[in-house]
Amino acid sequence: MIRIAILGFGSVGQGIARAILAKDLDITVTGLADSRSGIIDAAGIDIAAALDRKGNGDPCGTPGISPADVVAKAEYDVLVEVTPTNVETAEPALGHIRGALRRRKHVVTSNKGPVALAYSELRDLAAANGVLLRYEATVCGAIPLIHAIKEGLAGNTISRLYGVFNGTCNYILTRMAEDSLTYEQALAEARELGYAEADPTYDVEGIDAGVKLVILANTVLDMQTTLDDVERTGITLLTPDALRLAEDQDCTIRLIGEIIAEAGVLRVSPRIVAKSHSLVVEGTLNAVTVETDLAGDLTFIGKGAGSTETASAVIGDLLYIHDRYVQSS
Amino acid sequence: MKLEMKDQPGQLVAALQPISAVGGNIIAVIHQRETSAAAETLDVQIVLELPEGRLENLLELLREQGVSVVRIGEERLLYEYTLIVIGHLMHTDLSDTVDRIDRTGSAEVTDLSLAMPAINSPSSARITIRSTTRAEMKKAIRILRDVAEQKELLIIEPLEDGR
Ligand SMILES: NC(=O)c1ccc[n+]([C@@H]2O[C@H](COP(=O)([O-])OP(=O)(O)OC[C@H]3O[C@@H](n4cnc5c(N)ncnc54)[C@H](OP(=O)(O)O)[C@@H]3O)[C@@H](O)[C@H]2O)c1
Repeated sequence: MIRIAILGFGSVGQGIARAILAKDLDITVTGLADSRSGIIDAAGIDIAAALDRKGNGDPCGTPGISPADVVAKAEYDVLVEVTPTNVETAEPALGHIRGALRRRKHVVTSNKGPVALAYSELRDLAAANGVLLRYEATVCGAIPLIHAIKEGLAGNTISRLYGVFNGTCNYILTRMAEDSLTYEQALAEARELGYAEADPTYDVEGIDAGVKLVILANTVLDMQTTLDDVERTGITLLTPDALRLAEDQDCTIRLIGEIIAEAGVLRVSPRIVAKSHSLVVEGTLNAVTVETDLAGDLTFIGKGAGSTETASAVIGDLLYIHDRYVQSS
Repeated sequence: MKLEMKDQPGQLVAALQPISAVGGNIIAVIHQRETSAAAETLDVQIVLELPEGRLENLLELLREQGVSVVRIGEERLLYEYTLIVIGHLMHTDLSDTVDRIDRTGSAEVTDLSLAMPAINSPSSARITIRSTTRAEMKKAIRILRDVAEQKELLIIEPLEDGR
C-alpha cells in the first residue's frame, strides 16, 4: 500500500481521486488540500465524500487546515503536488515540494513551475534525502515521454526533439485550416469548448510550450535553460490566408516546439508542415518526435491534457515509486 | 558536368551507374562525337542533380570505372525553401525584401504568391527561394529574418529548416 497526500483538488486532483476509487491501485489518500481547506487522516480519507463536497462547490475539507499543514503533518509516502502552475515564482508549489523532500517524502507533480524553475535544486534535495521526484504529467499530459526517454531510451543520445506541445493552439490551428476561421473565431470556439482559458496568453503566445521545452531540456537532455532561452513566437497573428497558402502545397501550419540539443536551440514558433507528416495531429492532441542515435526517430502521439489523462501520468509515477521504494506497511 | 570517356560500348553505362549510386538524378545526356574523335574518345555531357557533398564521392567512383571527367560545369540552383510571411507587406515594400535576397546573387526568389486581404489588415505571402548550396540558402534565410525583424513581419518557416 502507498499513502499519498494530494495538494490541489481541481481537474487533475479529482481525476486522480476518481481513478483511485474506480480501480484497485493500492493507493490510500491520507492528506488533501485545496485553496481553502484541508483534511489529514492517517486511516485514509473518504475521497468519495470529498469529491461530492467539491461537486457541490464546497471546500474539500476543513477550513483552517492549510496545504502547508498537510505537507508538514500528514502521514504519507508521496506528496502529489497538483496546484496551479506559476512560471514566474513556482509558488506555492515550490515550498510544498521542498517541505516534503526535507521530510524524506517522495514527490510526484503535474505542476510545471517548480520543475521548470528549480529542477536541479529539487533533484539534489531529493537525492540528499534518498527520495524520488517525478514529474511525468508536466509535459504532454498522458504521453509517458519522460519515462520513455529516461528509461526506455537510456543509452541513446538525443540530437533533436520537436513537436506539438500545446493542445489549445493545435485545436485553434486545426479549426482555422478546416473551416477558414479567423484566429479570433477559432479562439472563441476553443473557449466555448473549455479548451482555452479566459486569458489564453499562456497558451497562444507559446509560453506553455516553451516551459515544457525547458523542462525536457533541463531534466532529460542535460541542458541548463530558462524560459528566457526559448525563442518564442505565438499564433495570434496567423491569418486564414497563410493557412490557405500552406494548404495549396499540401501543407498546414502548426505551433512547433523544438530543441536542437547540440546547437543549444530551444524554440517555439508556427511552422509549415506537410499534411502527411506524423506530427500533424487533429484537435487537442499532442505529438512529439525524438531523434536518437541508436533507436532512430520515434514519434509519440496522445492526449496532452484532461482530468483522467493527466491523472494517468501521475498514477504511473506513483506506481513506479510504489514498486521500487515503498515497503508494504 | 562534362565527362570524357573511351569510345567503347559499355562506357556510357559505366559512367551513368555511379551517378545513381550516389543518389544523383540524371537530367540530360549529350553526345559530342566530333570534338576529340582523333583520340578515339567519346565526349559526353551529362547534366545532373546531386545531393550536396556527394561530388567527391562520384568523381572517385567514376575514376574507378576508368571514366575521366574533363570539366565540372556550373552548379545551379538546387536548394529550395518555401516560407510564409505575414504582415503589412505592401506598406513595407515587399519587392525590396525580394530584391535583398536576389542581390546576393547566389539565391533567388523563384515564386511568390500573395493573398490580398481586406484593406488595412495584414497580408500573407508564400515565398519560394532557390539557391545552389545550403550555405547560400542559410544566408538568404538570415537576410529574410533580419528584414522581418526590421519590418515587423511574421515569418513561418518549414519544419525542416535551413539552420
Ligand atoms: N488540467 C490538465 O489537463 C493538466 C495537464 C498537465 C498539467 N497540468 C497541471 O496540473 C496542475 C493542476 O491543474 P488543474 O487543471 O487540476 O488545475 P485546477 O483545475 O485549476 O485546480 C487547481 C486546484 O488547486 C487548488 N489551489 C489553488 N491554489 C492553491 C494553493 N495556493 N494551495 C493549495 N491548493 C491550491 C485549487 O483550489 P480550489 O478548488 O479551492 O480552487 C484547485 O483545487 C497545474 O499546475 C497544471 O498546470 C494540468
